[in-house]
Amino acid sequence: MPFALTPERDRELTDILTRYPTKMAACIPLLHLCQEQNGFIDDDVVTFVSHRLDLPPAHVKGVVTFYTLFNQHKVGKHQVWVCRTLPCALRGANDMLHYCEKKLGIKAGETTADGKITLRTAECLASCGSAPMMQVDKDYHENLTPAAVDEILEKLRS
Amino acid sequence: MLKQTNYLTKVYGLPEGWKLAAYERECDGYQTAKKVLTTMSQADVVNEAKKANIRGRGGAGFPMGVKWSFMKPHPTKPAYLVINADEGEPGTHKDRTIMELNPHSVIEGCMIGCYAIGAHVAYVYVRDELHLSKARLWDAIKEAKAKGYLGKNPFGKDYALDVVVHTGAGAYICGEETSLLNSLEGKRGEPRLKPPFPAQSGAFACPTTVNNLETIAAVPSAFKLGCEEFSKLSSIHHLNDGGVRLFGVNGHVKKPGVWECAVGLTLRELIYDLGGGILGDKPLHSIIPGGSSTPVLKADDVVHAPDEKSPLHAWHGKSVLDVPLGVDTFRNMGTMLGTCCATVMAEGTDPVACFHNLMQFYRLESCGQCTPCREGSGWLFRIAEKLMEGTCSMEELNTLHEVANGIMGNTICAFGEGTAMPALGYLKKFRKEFEAYVKGQRGTGVLNQMETSWGGRA
Ligand SMILES: Cc1cc2nc3c(=O)[nH]c(=O)nc-3n(C[C@H](O)[C@H](O)[C@H](O)COP(=O)(O)O)c2cc1C
Ligand code: SF4
Ligand code: FES
Repeated sequence: MPFALTPERDRELTDILTRYPTKMAACIPLLHLCQEQNGFIDDDVVTFVSHRLDLPPAHVKGVVTFYTLFNQHKVGKHQVWVCRTLPCALRGANDMLHYCEKKLGIKAGETTADGKITLRTAECLASCGSAPMMQVDKDYHENLTPAAVDEILEKLRS
Repeated sequence: MLKQTNYLTKVYGLPEGWKLAAYERECDGYQTAKKVLTTMSQADVVNEAKKANIRGRGGAGFPMGVKWSFMKPHPTKPAYLVINADEGEPGTHKDRTIMELNPHSVIEGCMIGCYAIGAHVAYVYVRDELHLSKARLWDAIKEAKAKGYLGKNPFGKDYALDVVVHTGAGAYICGEETSLLNSLEGKRGEPRLKPPFPAQSGAFACPTTVNNLETIAAVPSAFKLGCEEFSKLSSIHHLNDGGVRLFGVNGHVKKPGVWECAVGLTLRELIYDLGGGILGDKPLHSIIPGGSSTPVLKADDVVHAPDEKSPLHAWHGKSVLDVPLGVDTFRNMGTMLGTCCATVMAEGTDPVACFHNLMQFYRLESCGQCTPCREGSGWLFRIAEKLMEGTCSMEELNTLHEVANGIMGNTICAFGEGTAMPALGYLKKFRKEFEAYVKGQRGTGVLNQMETSWGGRA
């Protein structure tokens, strides 16, 4: 079935379009809206966005593939991003990542068998002063200890 | 010189300190914008701004007022103010605090900035991951609109003003200003060739000023105090580096964080007085002064500036830890001030492992347009991998220099230098450690030997 936004998100798009002098500028915000609804960006979504914004599909596809946060495949229900860059690594990010991998039984880049959690590494998330840290969906979790990580992962699994 | 201030940070930590009520109560919120819009001409604002000596807080340190003066009215096209809140430079964690804890300073700064450059809209480009920051900015915009500060007639003046929050979708390169503009326009975030510079042709091919978020947030404080007075708060005001700014410290310090201080603070004060000293009271090993693109300093580096004309001459022969953190002082030490958030490494940290970690970052984040950057960052990382595995030859170690030098000056944007300079910095300062790896005496490979909760591994 072709992709379409929910009426509520469609109204949001109308609002977004008023903010810019061109339709093209709504491309990234609209892709975020679509991903929020669909979980990832497939060809149907690309077709939808290209129609709504009068853009060639190749333009939309180019944008989707350029940015890390657009998923091109189905991912877990929750996204866990562990920051691996130097300031976090200086405070144990590598150990924390291995700890998560062991607890979840997957490697970074993979999704748990029940489809609940995708574990990934992130580059610096502007939280170096409260390292180590991870982002879970839209939330930051900072100054993490093993106990705090246990709690976060338990909650996501339940 | 350690002089803590609280122009921006006064509302940090207050209950609902990010709301309009707190901003109006504690910071005389929007009174400065009112004064500027109702009593000053646009040219006056630009001239006054120059006196603040606010050096761009995004990394390059360009004087804000001078940048504003590049904006010339266009006969048919509108002008835009674009605020860079992409904050992705590893080691940088300051802009986020402003957006989360004092978003109204950004809106008021945008109002003054827009007026100065003849723009009616400011786009604040926030990296997508910072969801709380975006929400706080949108809420602040809503509050400012409800009060009529933003809108058709702010303070009764016929000068419409609006602020819009825009996001990318995860790409460090979008912090580079022309890449950011492409991203704002709905394209891939690939940097543009310059010229044309944004002031000639920026967002939507219109005259545009791109300012870092902290730069614009400093504007209300500067105008409130009087820009010259503001500049003089700095102990290196005479080096045209004025005012107060945010200083951050992270890595192996006891109390990582962000503080507002007068410009002129030293690394020693930042690390020991504000940062509480090194974890486990270990000796200091090295410092990356302002984001991963700024070349590393060794704890025992000494300033060499015999030339009396050098802005650094006053510190000739002193420890680099005692030099004021300034744009020109640090540039003359063979590094950069960058974003003014320092990353600290304690004794026992393996510099080759640091190098490896950073090269992985650059290889991942190159946008791929320029061959020297795309291929060069790949080479740097592959050799770093071989070093860590213990399979790197002396010849390959020397190739690192060639590759890094081949990137310098041969790329569309400064990401290239931002990769090559720290690489060359590590190679120069820690040649012995790199050679040891080649000779089969691998280092510890350890980055977190500290007693963090993740267990020391040294
Ligand atoms: C690779 C790269 C990444 C950058 N990232 C940022 C960033 O995240 N935030 C920022 O304000 N400036 C960043 N800059 C600097 C901007 O290009 C630009 O100089 C700055 O936004 C100008 O604002 P300012 O003059 O107020 O500092 C980056 C530059 C490069 C080359
Ligand atoms: S230097 Fe690197 S990041 Fe910059 S435009 Fe060229 S390839 Fe892209
Ligand atoms: S390095 Fe992890 S948040 Fe900056």
